[in-house]
Amino acid sequence: MAKNAQHWEKTRGLLFVTLAIWAIFSMGIFLFGAEMNEVTGPFGYPLTYWFTCQGSLAIFVILIFWFAGRQEKIDEEFGFSEKGDD
Amino acid sequence: MIKGNFIDNLPKVYGIYTGGFIGFIILMAIGEQMGMSAKAIGICFVGFTIFIYALIGWLSRTAQASNYYVAGRTVPTVFNGMATAADWMSGASFVAMAGGIYFKGYGYMALLVGWTGGYVLVATLLAPYLRKFGCYTVPDFVGTRYGGNTARLMAVIVLTVASFTYVTAQINATGTIAAVALDIPFQYAVYVGLVSILLCSMLGGMRGVTWTQVAQYIVLIIAYLLPVFWISNNIGAGFFPHFMLADEVARIGELEQQFGFVKNSAADLATVPKGLAGITKAHSEVNATPWAFISLALAMMMGTASLPHVMMRFFTTPSVKAARKSVGWSVFFIFLLYSSAPMLATLSKLALIDPNLPTGIIGKSIAEVQAIDWYQNWNQANLMFVSDFNGNGTVELNEFFMGGKAVVLATPEIAGLPYVISGLVAAGGLAAAMSTADGLILAIANAISHDVYYKMVDPKAETAKRLVVARVLLVIIGFAGATIAAMEIQGILGSVIWAFDFAMSGLFWPLVLGVWWKRANKEGAIAGMVLGLVSGFAYLVWVRSGGSGFLGITQLTFGIFGSTVSLVAMVVVSLMTSEPSAATQKMVDDSRVPAGTQVISQK
Repeated sequence: MAKNAQHWEKTRGLLFVTLAIWAIFSMGIFLFGAEMNEVTGPFGYPLTYWFTCQGSLAIFVILIFWFAGRQEKIDEEFGFSEKGDD
Repeated sequence: MIKGNFIDNLPKVYGIYTGGFIGFIILMAIGEQMGMSAKAIGICFVGFTIFIYALIGWLSRTAQASNYYVAGRTVPTVFNGMATAADWMSGASFVAMAGGIYFKGYGYMALLVGWTGGYVLVATLLAPYLRKFGCYTVPDFVGTRYGGNTARLMAVIVLTVASFTYVTAQINATGTIAAVALDIPFQYAVYVGLVSILLCSMLGGMRGVTWTQVAQYIVLIIAYLLPVFWISNNIGAGFFPHFMLADEVARIGELEQQFGFVKNSAADLATVPKGLAGITKAHSEVNATPWAFISLALAMMMGTASLPHVMMRFFTTPSVKAARKSVGWSVFFIFLLYSSAPMLATLSKLALIDPNLPTGIIGKSIAEVQAIDWYQNWNQANLMFVSDFNGNGTVELNEFFMGGKAVVLATPEIAGLPYVISGLVAAGGLAAAMSTADGLILAIANAISHDVYYKMVDPKAETAKRLVVARVLLVIIGFAGATIAAMEIQGILGSVIWAFDFAMSGLFWPLVLGVWWKRANKEGAIAGMVLGLVSGFAYLVWVRSGGSGFLGITQLTFGIFGSTVSLVAMVVVSLMTSEPSAATQKMVDDSRVPAGTQVISQK
């Protein structure tokens, strides 16, 4: 059971990190939407505008793949990963 | 040509399919050059694609429960990603999203952020654990985790309320497109749409829906991206619009400054046909308060994680690991379309308002604009309107009105693309609406057939009988949806957003706490679902009937109120009642470990 508890603790840790990044790019930055839009962002778009069109969306895609990779590592570490691949 | 296992050959099968579809587009383009009429092209596009979907539906027929409910749990990650993206992107995403961005600007963009960010919650909080659980439906998870028929039934009710709100909008969209493309009255077109939807899902259940959704994704993404790239090149905005429209965005800002946003009088506005809007908001400026933006994004994100038709797509992957990755692919495929919608809105707006472009109509004389072919077409379709409010004889920014759908439907024609593109766009919109309707109808019918009929009414029913019940329910629910859609009660987008709020009010916390809080028990879950749904619904009714609301929660974000009530109720009631049995706690522990057999064994 101790092994399970440790596994779960690491899993929870990863969850908090992932959700923190998620909260920043889905909500946090938009607290400063008006100020940020004065800045020129990637490809020359106004920064807030760019985040809503591409930035935040692309970050979510990368974040989920990163999360899936990390979680797999945690599972492997404890011998909890499934046999075979997808 | 194809040898061996179907699953191993998937890339080949869909590769050939994609090539075939592109060949078909080229064939239609040649047909157009040779004098094929616009109407014939439209009918060919709609007819051909529906035929293909029906064929896939028939080839996927099955008599096994696991195939019918979860596609035999054999769907590879990338293909499940495509199917989820099609399942997810509705007629509203396809037809109305670019229009929403066009007219509402920043305030609307919260939906883009919300409808993608929600998948982070799906991937981290729910999908892998529900996959490990091994349930067939979302209420199956609730019923097994919390135990007892009351919890299961409540979950079915929340699912039905949310999904049904959503599905009528999709059948409505299917009907709208079929009506235009086939040139038949809307009341009949709705049923044509319904029959097409049922052809995909009835014989093969989830298996049929999966493979048609992949096919539909391919059609809808080609239909969305091709015009965006083409228009961008045609008006000289850049060959890869996503990275190259900064000057165009800045130019729109300049023009807005130059023209100014003139407010029309109520009397003038009364002469504008219903459903059309003028450009009243800056294109790329921040025009909403932080809370208005964040609350809408948050509601959509929590709603995404609670909508059963999305969640059940992740029950079809071969493993827990695959379920996680598959969520990533889903958002990637959704991102391809969502990141293009703002570009289309930009191109469409610039093409129409820039006097330096040949397509620009602002500053031209009213008579000249009224003589343009495409203006006449779309004016007739009730999607475009100009009027000389100030009597100076020329069109001003505030004298030009358009329907939201026109951004997607009319821009190709305005930018001078051949009609074949408009036919393609119709096929894409139809694919988007059909794939979502399929997923929703199946989610409702499966919940009722598996959770109510099999688990509560007749647990001894044989597979054959269960599947007959499932199919009969599918047809009944489809017809009920179509009948309501035929009444045309509400706009496409309003009801879509409500579905998210209903789902999050009732289901978000019971699902999340079911995985992440072992102490959550049956009484708590029932309280959470009942009070969440009821309070969310009450808030909606209150605001709709003139109530002022509080904390800036509107009728679009009432789920924030509903889900908060749900959370509080669930925690308080759980703590007041006894903790779940040891067996239940073990079940939760098992669901947290990817390896090993799934928690529920299904027949």
